[in-house]
Amino acid sequence: MATITNALRMVEADYINYRRTWRGRIISTFLNPVLFLAGMGLILGSMVDRGAGEAQLPIPFLTFVATGLIAATAMQTGFGEGAWPIMAGIKWRKTFDAIIVTPLSVADLVNGLLVWGGIHLAIASGVFAVLSAIFGALELGPALLSVLPATFGGLAFQAAATAFSARLEDDTHLTNAYRFVILPLFLFSGTFFPVSQLPDWLEPVAVATPLFHAVELTRKVAIPGVGAPVVTTVPTWVNVAYLAVMTAVAWLLAIRSMRGRLQK
Amino acid sequence: MGETPYVSSARSVTVRRMPSPLVEARGLTKRFGDFVAVDAIDFEIRPGEAFGFLGPNGAGKTSTMKMITTVSPITDGKMKVFGLDPREDGPEIRSRLGVVPQENNLDEELTVEENLYIYGRFHDIPKPVIRRRIEELLDFAQLVEKRKSRVESLSGGMKRRLVIARALINEPDLVILDEPTTGLDPQARHVLWDRLYRLKQEGSTLIITTHYMDEAEQLCDRLVVMDKGKIVAEGSPLELIRRYSTREVVELRFAPGAVEENLDRLDGLANRMEALADRVLLYTDEADVLIDEIHDRGVEFEQRLTRRSTLEDVFLHLTGRRLVD
Repeated sequence: MATITNALRMVEADYINYRRTWRGRIISTFLNPVLFLAGMGLILGSMVDRGAGEAQLPIPFLTFVATGLIAATAMQTGFGEGAWPIMAGIKWRKTFDAIIVTPLSVADLVNGLLVWGGIHLAIASGVFAVLSAIFGALELGPALLSVLPATFGGLAFQAAATAFSARLEDDTHLTNAYRFVILPLFLFSGTFFPVSQLPDWLEPVAVATPLFHAVELTRKVAIPGVGAPVVTTVPTWVNVAYLAVMTAVAWLLAIRSMRGRLQK
Repeated sequence: MGETPYVSSARSVTVRRMPSPLVEARGLTKRFGDFVAVDAIDFEIRPGEAFGFLGPNGAGKTSTMKMITTVSPITDGKMKVFGLDPREDGPEIRSRLGVVPQENNLDEELTVEENLYIYGRFHDIPKPVIRRRIEELLDFAQLVEKRKSRVESLSGGMKRRLVIARALINEPDLVILDEPTTGLDPQARHVLWDRLYRLKQEGSTLIITTHYMDEAEQLCDRLVVMDKGKIVAEGSPLELIRRYSTREVVELRFAPGAVEENLDRLDGLANRMEALADRVLLYTDEADVLIDEIHDRGVEFEQRLTRRSTLEDVFLHLTGRRLVD
């Protein structure tokens, strides 16, 4: 019981903080989806659909990209929330030190951060979903359904980033992780084109990445019954299990590395 | 201002039967790999006293505080806080502690009020009670006008007072202050001392770590001096001065390089003599007699200062004048 109550206290604190700071983030929460949906979905999409695209994709390119982007954006948001704010809490502002001298434990702190992370991801993905409905990529219903798998994937990344950041002395590794992990995933995990388009040797690599499973799951939820090449033959339960195991393991590792860092 | 602290040390003498201590440590040890930060120290903190941990940087004060707050696991030895085991009962111990860390760790984006509110919630205090306490604490910390201001806009002294107010939101049985006034200007320090003194008078038990001797003299009923992880002395400020120093100190300042040639002439005058770069400190119980003798012996100095002995003399005597970086 105390575990849940304590985590909720953290969530409440994060919410109060969000209430103060959401204006600063709202630009990226809105602008990112708008720019991507317009640039990639509409403009690039009109070329793709006019060319060979329609022959290969049974759905408009805009729909394809929107369902990929909502998951990929959640990944970026999750990574971001698990990265710099964690460094700030541990090192730059030391706010975590203030929390763990109250009855809250390090586990409560991490649980609260990640539960709030899930809520925050759902809000950001919700905004994305509504925008993609406005852009005509999806009906509103399916668009809102896609919030769930996108949030799930984003949370897996936030937990992983938290575990990683808790061990760092400075943020150069975070910048590098963004450049060399997050960005390649963003580009090559099936967000903008089906992974079957990749060279044969690269396809299994893409299928092994977490973003692939988040994107694939999102498409299966938002566009029921859609087949190849929009989604692969990887079973849905594998997508779910992959993300569930990743979230659970990363969550536990996050608690462990945070303990190692804060309770010296 | 400098004389008042001694009044309270008399109080602890009159108490006949000591109530059970709030913190009790035996052979308390903290090691980081090969480095021994806290080396088998014993101490006891009794209800209602202001207890000081003095020591140069790296003496092990903060490590000791972190073990008391249950944040840092004990490597060896025994400690009870409120009669509870820090290893087992962390949350319960922490619910009765107020912690003021060395560095302010407020949520800078939130307002003064919000910082207090969140902390109250972490302590699982019902909302109406938190609201009432916020009023009292804003008043105590002299931050009533700043209640809606974001923390980032506050001055250093205000932030510090807010950290202290925040530590009091759960009406703690024990308040731990790790270097409460480091980095503040004299005005801000005096306001803060004033607040801490009030806390003390209201019967709060305080643990204060500091390397400011005037702070320790002002606030502490009893203190220990730590050096290299060990406790090297223990007592009230007055006891320590009596034990490790003399009543008065005569400081003579010489022209550059002139200390050496005068040392012989000063020999045997004082209870203890300490030669520094351009100064000689003479520890004595009768400064007037000493000064006459200095003149009789024809010592040529540039400046003379006679002052009473302070805790700083004790501190420097016990921990040496070497620089710790």
